[in-house]
Amino acid sequence: MNLQNVTYKYPLTETPALQNISLQVNDGEFVAIIGPNGAGKSTLCYTLAGFVPHFFKGELTGLVEVAGIESHNSSLSEWVLNVGLAFQNPFNQISGAKYTVFEELAFGLENIGIPREEMKTRVEDAMKLTGISDLAERSPYSLSGGQQQRVALTSILVMQPKVLVLDEPTSQMDPIGTREVFGVIRRMAERGMTVILVEHKVEWIAQFADRVIALKDGQIFLDGTPSEVLTSPLLQENGFGISRYTSVARKAIEMGLWKKDRLPITLDEAVEGFSLLNTDETSS
Amino acid sequence: MKIEISDLQFYYPNGVQALDGISLTIDSGEQVAIVGQNGAGKTTLVKHLNGLLQPNQGLVLIGDWDTTKHSVAKLASRVGYVFQNPDEQLFSKTVGVEVAFGPRNLGFNGEQVQALVKDALALTELSDKTETNPYDLSVTWRKMVALASIISMDTDIVVFDEPTTGQDAVNIARIANVIAELRKRGKTVITITHDIDFCAENFERIIALSHGKILLDGKANEVLGQEEILATTYVDPPQLTRLGKRLNFNPTVRNEEEFLDVLSKDRS
Repeated sequence: MNLQNVTYKYPLTETPALQNISLQVNDGEFVAIIGPNGAGKSTLCYTLAGFVPHFFKGELTGLVEVAGIESHNSSLSEWVLNVGLAFQNPFNQISGAKYTVFEELAFGLENIGIPREEMKTRVEDAMKLTGISDLAERSPYSLSGGQQQRVALTSILVMQPKVLVLDEPTSQMDPIGTREVFGVIRRMAERGMTVILVEHKVEWIAQFADRVIALKDGQIFLDGTPSEVLTSPLLQENGFGISRYTSVARKAIEMGLWKKDRLPITLDEAVEGFSLLNTDETSS
Repeated sequence: MKIEISDLQFYYPNGVQALDGISLTIDSGEQVAIVGQNGAGKTTLVKHLNGLLQPNQGLVLIGDWDTTKHSVAKLASRVGYVFQNPDEQLFSKTVGVEVAFGPRNLGFNGEQVQALVKDALALTELSDKTETNPYDLSVTWRKMVALASIISMDTDIVVFDEPTTGQDAVNIARIANVIAELRKRGKTVITITHDIDFCAENFERIIALSHGKILLDGKANEVLGQEEILATTYVDPPQLTRLGKRLNFNPTVRNEEEFLDVLSKDRS
């Protein structure tokens, strides 16, 4: 995936929602996008998924390219074969045309003419992966928010896109459900799917993503490894959330209670760093 | 105003039992968080507080009012309920009109309504957006409008359903401020949340639900320390509680202050 100097303005607006974004993402890379509300995260998702410019009008300049195809030169129906998007609000994604979750999950596959037997296999496999096999016969509308989000994610996975774009896919999920879904997304990346994930839950980004991009005011503010980005002092100053491990270690430094050079971003790193304190003491 | 729930049972029309014998008392001015896995019955439970749902069996008392004997409109003077999705709640053309709707319906006079609206808008940092259409605001600010439109009703009990979903760090801090101010005013605040760190930092009592039953109910640290039991309802303890446990801290800690306190005592 390749973005060059991408700038986009929604219709009737003055300020661009995205400004001069340049970004290369490798196949199978798991990239998390963080940023305050209004930073342009969802707009970036829409742009990657081809909704900008094919559905939202407005003014797009620069290059958006996935698997060697430019979004300008592609129709939305071609584009979705390469890029799948799970919306922030799963309710907006459910087709309304299907009575059961199973049928809902097959909807995308029907539209691209996948043979019936393969459709069944793909749906069954994807449901197993995301842990929703028991919801197959339920109405998509009878589900809780968290369950709907799993269905929305699964309906993209069955399409087997090259690039998976997820806009806060776990916002309505319980904590352990969130962790499980992050595990599923990680596995998809390991199978070679490129993942672009917008998320506020820093603890799980730290543990699962390969790379973190911080967006602010429609621009790339920071771009690097989870550790580089998530320990940057600039984050808190600019309204980004950080993990409690990072934040408590930063305070512990002032009290002389964190001795490592690098701040922790995960539980394991925090345990390691704070344990060091005790070994130092016994050895001295 | 006290809330008393005894042996509450509730079945959805399709026969699914959503609540299975809930009994609990919440005293006036308590701050309570309700946690638990998707489908545990959290929203179903709080919808009984303002009569949106009626028990199939058991009793829900708001002060001295039995919720089956009073209309939703009447109960709205005692219990304010902020929906999970602000878009299911907002309908007025301007923020000011939206926030005035509740208190006006409760029968406050013009002057009182004005004062309540002004206060609610100040508390939610919306004072400069009075004339804006709620749907011209970002979802972050629409959430604040939803909060303001309930706060302006000045009910003794305020219920928030997932207030931090999809909110950034700055707005989560704003919402925490609102809750702290309501506590100061002596309001009872009941909040459903999956954000366990937010829960740990802002609530003194936590109720964990699982399959329509109360799994745990107690002081925040007591509940959050029960890692294995919480896991059965898909809840992880807060980050710093888990960290404290891995470092063999005793007692359970749940926020930065407690964590650093134990850490520095351990060293001395």
